[in-house]
Amino acid sequence: MRRTIAVLAFATWVWPLTALAQGKLNVMTTTEDLASIASEVGGDRVAVESIAKGYQDPHFVEAKPSFILKLQKADVLVAVGRDLELGWLPPLITQSRNAKIQPGGSGYVDASLTAQILELPQGQITRAMGDLHALGNPHYWLDPQNGRRIAKVMADKFSALRPGDRSYFEQRLASFVGRLDEAEKRWLAIMAPFRGTKVVTYHRSFPNFADRFGLEIAGYVEPRPGIPPAPQHTLDLINEMKRLNIKLVLVEPYFDLNTPNSIARATGAEVVVMPPSVGGVKEASDYIALFDYDINLLATAIKKTTTNAGTDVAPR
Amino acid sequence: MRLSFVVSGFVVAGVLGVPTTARAQMPADGVQQEIQQLRQDLEALKKDYEARLAALEARLVAAQSSTPAAPNVVTADSQGAALPVYGTAASSSKIFNPDIAVIGNFIGTGGHNAVAPSPALAMHESEASFQAIVDPYARADFFLSFGETGVDLEEGYATFTSLPGGLLTRVGKMRAAFGKVNGLHNHVLPWADRPLVIENLVGGEEGISDAGASVARLIPNPWLFLEATGQVFRGDTEADLFESSKPGDVSYVAHLRGYQDLSESTNIDLGVSFSRGHNAAGIVDGTDVGRFTTELYGIDGTVRWRPLRRSIYRSFIGRTELVWSRRQQFGGQQNAFGYFVSADYQLARRWFTGIRYDRSDHADDATLFDRGGSLALSFWPSEFSQVRGQYRRIRYTSDSTANELLFQLVFSIGVHGAHPF
Repeated sequence: MRRTIAVLAFATWVWPLTALAQGKLNVMTTTEDLASIASEVGGDRVAVESIAKGYQDPHFVEAKPSFILKLQKADVLVAVGRDLELGWLPPLITQSRNAKIQPGGSGYVDASLTAQILELPQGQITRAMGDLHALGNPHYWLDPQNGRRIAKVMADKFSALRPGDRSYFEQRLASFVGRLDEAEKRWLAIMAPFRGTKVVTYHRSFPNFADRFGLEIAGYVEPRPGIPPAPQHTLDLINEMKRLNIKLVLVEPYFDLNTPNSIARATGAEVVVMPPSVGGVKEASDYIALFDYDINLLATAIKKTTTNAGTDVAPR
Repeated sequence: MRLSFVVSGFVVAGVLGVPTTARAQMPADGVQQEIQQLRQDLEALKKDYEARLAALEARLVAAQSSTPAAPNVVTADSQGAALPVYGTAASSSKIFNPDIAVIGNFIGTGGHNAVAPSPALAMHESEASFQAIVDPYARADFFLSFGETGVDLEEGYATFTSLPGGLLTRVGKMRAAFGKVNGLHNHVLPWADRPLVIENLVGGEEGISDAGASVARLIPNPWLFLEATGQVFRGDTEADLFESSKPGDVSYVAHLRGYQDLSESTNIDLGVSFSRGHNAAGIVDGTDVGRFTTELYGIDGTVRWRPLRRSIYRSFIGRTELVWSRRQQFGGQQNAFGYFVSADYQLARRWFTGIRYDRSDHADDATLFDRGGSLALSFWPSEFSQVRGQYRRIRYTSDSTANELLFQLVFSIGVHGAHPF
């Protein structure tokens, strides 16, 4: 009798978890960019949540136990990959007690596998180069081309897990890709007059963005990835910016503005706090809005610096 | 190159059927005209070949981009050709090797300590770690600790990540889940030493670290993260906390952890722990005549603050651990108590300060107690190294006071897996 009760108690304990899995597809993503694309593709057939917030540095997220609870119930986990989450995702996955989202499991998605990855290191790499990503630059989502690829990977995964909803996911994918195509034309048109503009960025967050929209990244505020600014490097950077007449410093919202501001004062450049992720600022509420915001911000800043330069030169 | 173009142009022109009979009768300006004609033919041919070559290249690009899980959504995009190269030159040859890291922990000590003197300069520990996924069901973590005199398996266990019922199971040698500090490796401690309560009551630096099995389960509830852990060990610890003289004298550890986010930047982590095992007090000439046991009860609390927008620049961690020890021995049971309270504040991206207060009875004589305090300042040149200075003052029960300056350098090479929160 006592044993029966124990078995019943155990069953009722475990049952709700298995029963829950048949409703909406539970999708966890590591960043808000992936969450936005997942909602675009998944619509109302998925429940999406991101671990990291768009305004926090995605390299340094705390592996809080509250995330374990969320991962425990996830059907799909979409990660940026390329070692971006190396410092915090593995222990969360291990402790999630969820076979589906273990690497290699049915619900584990590395979004980078079909994306175009830049800055793949060549030759011998060592930590003397800073906190280098051996598998290439993980900030690849900042190219709409890669956004489309990520969306396709998600649509495939959702369809594999919910074959009945395949046409729904495919239709949503097509709609998203269509809107993104339209928007990209607009962004390219806005940026067309500014092709070849040289900029400096704080961290190496924008290579894909620069590649797509014709910016030329000429230097970094960080002397090496993950190493905070050092005086000698800052001086060298200021000289280089003066030499190349660089008037823009792009800074991710989670970095300190002291050094960028002093660089700007020394060079007459403009500091632009540019979110690399959805949720980085309120206006960047989804994947397309992120580019809308960033492109407009950039275009405005470039126009401002060029007219400033004009007025600077005029009195002489 | 140009010559061959001209030659082939002539040949092709011949093949294309330029009327040779007419050409023979042509005057000088006719020859001019013919050369003009040939030039045009040549240009046309060049354009034709270039177009064909371009078409071929485009097909090649399409073929390449479609092979590995082709992004079908990509519209005729030459960038698609630059798909990821899997594994760099450095990693492809060792793709199945575990992540390997070595962490050096160098400690220099200055000052005076008559009770527990430390060497002036010591390569205190070199920890080698090997970590990898075993198969779809488990991962393995090995930590070998090379001290100045020998090697010790600090931890070595398999974790089964996908057992039914949400049971996270570990088998091997591991640091027990008693409180917080016992589970931490030296290099992740915010100090160069361990608190007095850990030294006096919980087995010191080695702590409760033993061969056994551990099962942890999340307890579903609508309010907070709640995890219960149960562990069974052989019953031996390096310090004389537990000693097993018979195979049946296993030791147990139970831990209940509650965690709650108070806001996105603040959270609280509370735990209660219990441990029981046979101690060495009753062992006379290799026989456990006393059959004495030690029971430990613990409470731990951690408060963390880290604003997400400035998470790499500012943080605060407050910790405390209280431990009660019930140690049976000849002459009766000793009921000892000890605790520490500490606070660590991050001043800048690479600078941390810390303060700690310690007080602890002795496990084998609860009438004796030590107390002390520490101030620490740490600098992290990068994520992979840290330099720490710590001033420590301990007033031992014997009325002797130790004033010491500890200098610590921790440096890490290779890939060391992230630590649980």
